[in-house]
Amino acid sequence: MHKVSAIKTVRSNNLISRLKEQKWLFVLMLPAFIATLLFSYGPMFGLYMAFTNYQPGGGSFLYQFFHAEFVGFQWFEYFFTTGDFYRVMRNTLATSLLTLFFGFPAPIILALVLNEARQGFFKRFVQTVSYLPHFISWVIAANIVITLLASDGMLNNILVLLGIVKEPVAFLQNGPLFWWIIALSNMWKEMGFSAIMYLAAIASINPELYEAARVDGASRFKQMWHITLPSMRPTIVILAILAVGGILNAGFEQQYLLQNNTVLEYSEVIDIYAYKYGLQNSMFSYGAAVGMFKSVVAFILVLIVNRISRKVNDQALF
Amino acid sequence: MILNRFGDRIFKIIVYFILILVLLVTFLPFWNILVLSLNSAEDTVRGGVYLWPRDLTLDSYQQILKDSEILNGLWVTVKRTLIGAPLSVLVITMLAYPLSRRNLVGRKGWNLYFIFTMYFSGGLIPFYMVLKALNMIDTFSVFILPSLMNVFYMIIVRTFMEQLPHEIEESARVDGANDLTIFFRIVMPLTTPVLATIGLFQAIGHWNAWFDSYAFTYSSDLKTLQAVLVKILNQFQTGGMISQSQMLANSAKRNAVSSDTIRMAATMVATLPIVMVYPFLQKYFVKGMTLGAVKS
Repeated sequence: MHKVSAIKTVRSNNLISRLKEQKWLFVLMLPAFIATLLFSYGPMFGLYMAFTNYQPGGGSFLYQFFHAEFVGFQWFEYFFTTGDFYRVMRNTLATSLLTLFFGFPAPIILALVLNEARQGFFKRFVQTVSYLPHFISWVIAANIVITLLASDGMLNNILVLLGIVKEPVAFLQNGPLFWWIIALSNMWKEMGFSAIMYLAAIASINPELYEAARVDGASRFKQMWHITLPSMRPTIVILAILAVGGILNAGFEQQYLLQNNTVLEYSEVIDIYAYKYGLQNSMFSYGAAVGMFKSVVAFILVLIVNRISRKVNDQALF
Repeated sequence: MILNRFGDRIFKIIVYFILILVLLVTFLPFWNILVLSLNSAEDTVRGGVYLWPRDLTLDSYQQILKDSEILNGLWVTVKRTLIGAPLSVLVITMLAYPLSRRNLVGRKGWNLYFIFTMYFSGGLIPFYMVLKALNMIDTFSVFILPSLMNVFYMIIVRTFMEQLPHEIEESARVDGANDLTIFFRIVMPLTTPVLATIGLFQAIGHWNAWFDSYAFTYSSDLKTLQAVLVKILNQFQTGGMISQSQMLANSAKRNAVSSDTIRMAATMVATLPIVMVYPFLQKYFVKGMTLGAVKS
């Protein structure tokens, strides 16, 4: 008995002395700790308002917050039973799935193709230019997309010249087409930059593998198919986990900036819906509930996909 | 083997075809905007200006230089970029160093505390409420404080620090340096390449941000360049839907004919600084991204 408590005090002394020793490390961490507490954990705590009937005005904010009437899951039920739920989920999933379908393979293909090009100015130039759209804001990207797709824009001009269409197409006034435009513009914007991760994976492949394949008479395509692509698998799996986890993150900026009155039925994804009701119409509790639904489902999705991937592939984020 | 060589040649043609396609698809839209911004407004309305200006003029850029709303937006954007980016780099680095130390008390717990925020968030409305409770709505601080921390960038810096040789630190400790001195005098200077990377990312983030200005500020002198651009874009978007007369009323301040080319010129003004900066820092951020990818 004596021995155990002796060890314990030694250990706690040890802890205290280590804390004292590391005091400056904790001082360094303090600003980030506070910023995260306020701006990340603060809103999580604020999710309480999704279960109340928060009404702005009269008295201080915190008073209103704590004295709002508790209504349980009423706002969630309201969201699920209005017709809005179906439409918003349809738009969110349609946009997400199309974005995945175009956006996920594109950087893989670009990385493979870049890897096959000869080292030189042309390759570096293509790479530099392909990063560019990632670094501009969606405001600028939306300006570019709208200009490009206008009825007198460059794309319509090309299509008419080639005889693919007779009349210019009103791309941005066509509801279902809106999802495709979001997906393709997303691909345009992020393809080059996402390829960096895959190029890094390719760079770490042992060159002896290629030599051996060449001796066996494998063509360039076969080398790519049987060596390069399988070597990228870990990276592909990790990024796939992240992508599936973010399936409800259909985006906000793209839709918000590209939409117009004729496509509202198709452009309203879950984030825009929460913003519209929560901030524009001041239904704060409802907006918080819709946002919470999204966060919780997304979090569960990440956990599930992560677990599956660990079982099947022996690879996981955490 | 001969068959292989033939196949390889076709393969090569396909490879270069795809690369040229990627090049054109990414480059041409930007070029088109530039050309339109350099074409006179009256001529642009007639359509058909794509790859080369038909009536070259700097009119729209001159108009922008006279537009107080755009100029003020530019000033707010420059201010938030110059203040926000260095501050957040400092905060992120100050966190990354303790977390890179294997002997830090509660290291696992701290990591969990920060990394959890990457996967779960309170969402927009509660975030707005926090800003409101902190009296940050409609102040400049709303641009700076919420974006101080970024867990993903912290992981990049931490990974880099973990690979630094520890002997230098140890010898400094023997010489009596404390953790603060070691951090500011030794670790931070050694980390410069990665700090440049995340500094660039944060600076571009600030330069591009519009939503905080759009949704959390009301006064016109707090509108960033991108938020002003959103306003011009909205006018244009609804302009296409409603009647010509309403459009004229909407853009009474800006000449209706030229509003289109003003939009192009403003887009170019917001794009050019990025185009000029990022190619020089490219090799840093590629390295930084790959570093982060290894561990996260």
